[in-house]
Amino acid sequence: MKTLAELQAIKEKMVGQMNVREGDKSVRVVVGMATCGIAAGARPVLQTFSEVVQKNNLSDVAVTQTGCIGLCQFEPIVEITKPGEEKVTYINMDADKAREVAEQHLMRGIIIAEYTVNNSTLVK
Amino acid sequence: MFRSHVLVCGGTGCIATGSENIINALNEEIKKAGLENEVGVVRTGCFGLCSLGPVMMVHPEGCFYSAVDVKDIPEIVSEHLLKGRIVERLLYRETVEDGGIKSLNNTAFYKKQFRIALRNCGVINPESIDEYIGVDGYQALGNVLTSMSPEQVIQIVLDSGLRGRGGGGFPTGRKWDLARKLVPDADQKFVCCNADEGDPGAFMDRSILEGDPHALIEAMAIAGYAIGATMGYIYIRAEYPIAVKRLEIAIQQAKDYGLLGEDIFGSGFNFDLEIRLGAGAFVCGEETALMISIEGNRGEPRPRPPFPAEKGLFGKPTILNNVETYANIPQIILKGAEWFTSIGTEKSKGTKVFALGGKINNTGLVEIPMGMSLREVVYEIGGGIPDGKKFKAAQTGGPSGGCISVENLDIPIDYDNLISIGSMMGSGGLIVMDEDNCMVDIAKFFLEFTVDESCGKCTPCRIGTKRLFEMLEDITAGNGTMEDLDEMVELCEYIKNNSLCGLGQTAPNPVLSTYHYFKDEYIQHVRDKKCAAGICTELTQYIISADKCVGCTLCKKVCPVDAIVGEVKQKHVIDQSKCVKCGVCVDACKKFGAITKG
Ligand SMILES: Cc1cc2nc3c(=O)[nH]c(=O)nc-3n(C[C@H](O)[C@H](O)[C@H](O)COP(=O)(O)O)c2cc1C
Ligand code: SF4
Ligand code: SF4
Repeated sequence: MKTLAELQAIKEKMVGQMNVREGDKSVRVVVGMATCGIAAGARPVLQTFSEVVQKNNLSDVAVTQTGCIGLCQFEPIVEITKPGEEKVTYINMDADKAREVAEQHLMRGIIIAEYTVNNSTLVK
Repeated sequence: MFRSHVLVCGGTGCIATGSENIINALNEEIKKAGLENEVGVVRTGCFGLCSLGPVMMVHPEGCFYSAVDVKDIPEIVSEHLLKGRIVERLLYRETVEDGGIKSLNNTAFYKKQFRIALRNCGVINPESIDEYIGVDGYQALGNVLTSMSPEQVIQIVLDSGLRGRGGGGFPTGRKWDLARKLVPDADQKFVCCNADEGDPGAFMDRSILEGDPHALIEAMAIAGYAIGATMGYIYIRAEYPIAVKRLEIAIQQAKDYGLLGEDIFGSGFNFDLEIRLGAGAFVCGEETALMISIEGNRGEPRPRPPFPAEKGLFGKPTILNNVETYANIPQIILKGAEWFTSIGTEKSKGTKVFALGGKINNTGLVEIPMGMSLREVVYEIGGGIPDGKKFKAAQTGGPSGGCISVENLDIPIDYDNLISIGSMMGSGGLIVMDEDNCMVDIAKFFLEFTVDESCGKCTPCRIGTKRLFEMLEDITAGNGTMEDLDEMVELCEYIKNNSLCGLGQTAPNPVLSTYHYFKDEYIQHVRDKKCAAGICTELTQYIISADKCVGCTLCKKVCPVDAIVGEVKQKHVIDQSKCVKCGVCVDACKKFGAITKG
């Protein structure tokens, strides 16, 4: 290794991954991963969120799973909680939507209303 | 890229309780569930909670599972890793908090710890140089080589107040400074690491080597730059196969990345490292013996001066530091001397790693800021003494050290305080003793060790420790006299003052210190022929109380030497001339409690 820049490059590649092992994160992305969620394709959703978070070193975000939320027909469901903000619930997710939500909501703070659950969907 | 990391402890302790099988089972189940691209299994170094092994940490949730069995793995994979449902029954109970989980760092065991030397143990994969770099690894070396002079490096280490963690507590910066300056025209110098770790009960160096080998490599390269050496040796005992293997892997990775070798970071600085295996003789941890052993000769100490900083390995200026000492260096360089001096006491800066053992609930590895009291270590971090027994003493410094008794429980632990109470920091073994330990027996235990380990080069140690051991044998057998006690102290002083190396000079310490704090116990053995703790078998008797004995014959049946006589429904009696004091009859008579040790 001849320069600090080379070291820095490896470090940058690793930091996002090492962040998975840090506790105390304030933003939580929770993907419903009960049998219903998995059947509906929750796994690629979870994986996509995790990748975007790691690649962009979003050190404040924890991506985890939860069991059945009880809205099985809307799975895969993703809930995002940021400190001081109300929980946002996205429904009928897939990998592409997950990438979009991660890039907009997590990185830029823009909620993609189109994918969120709202009362009218529930009533219907 | 993995969304979840399962960190399984791959320290020697957890491997002994089966963590390799756990790792294999995990990989298998993860594959079965098709999660191999989502969940990564990482073998880390020691978490410190060795008594709970095998342990594993699952991230991002931060779930800490303890005492995991291979048959628990399918459940962990299908419930937790796939569905995100934490397997509560396997959680370390201290991390369970009304329905939720509490971070391991907030448990009593971790909360008061401060991790510098152990910071990466249990966190990174020691066999991955990339992970080490991901947590700032080799950054200190990079900074040193690209923007600091050797003098500046030595100055930071001096200013940090770092003292040797191998036992003596010599200021590390002073040692480096001497090695830099003493022989200005030396054609070669050497950097050595003492990974011999001979103190029975100590395993902090092993854990650092197993959990964070790159920290040592980085620190040794920094030391090489500071003193002007291009070659380093790590002297490690062959009984540490896992540590040796990880160190070999780490050295190779560092070479592949050009972090060892020539022109590191384009600075023109060259540095190489080699491992030398020791055969596990305690005396080879002594600095001159260690160097003589590296040279390929029989490991025996030689008189000093000349000190190694002037004439060390192969007659060249050499520094020798302990593994834990080195493990502090990269952090000191990165965070600065001021940061380091903010931790600890006036004359002992930073932290110390202790291996907690003996009569304590949380046996394992802990790193505490200097100045913490033994009470906090034993009762808060260590979780107290099992079975509600009373604390009697703690031994630090192993066979060279002494005991800390109840009256000193609150003294701040640092180099100078421990010396002032007749003990020493030592390398960090901390063995806790309760009311069931006999202090004369403890002294005898350590003396037996030094008798075995004395290299035999000088008479005061070779013969003196043997005679001292025999005196202790007499005392514990009830054959000692009051005059013997005076002679014993005299012999101790003689050995201390006349031995060639530290082994002999410190060998009497366990005797002197137990005699100082527990004189009554020695006198009781000699005058009353009694061992209150009931450890010294020759001074204890098993007696059947005639009042309580119902003549059930149970004790008679279990006695291995037929020492118990008596017929059914008649009082039983122990024939003391036959009894070998094994104690099994006590357990056999639990129901009636007729047999007692006295
Ligand atoms: C008999 C004897 C055994 C020793 N064993 C060790 C050992 O196992 N590990 C160690 O680091 N230092 C050991 N030492 C201390 C070393 O001689 C030396 O002081 C130390 O390695 C220097 O490193 P430090 O200044 O970083 O502590 C021993 C000393 C004696 C006298
Ligand atoms: S003091 Fe003991 S170990 Fe040291 S040189 Fe003498 S005989 Fe050998
Ligand atoms: S202590 Fe052991 S040897 Fe002695 S009487 Fe009891 S069972 Fe027999």
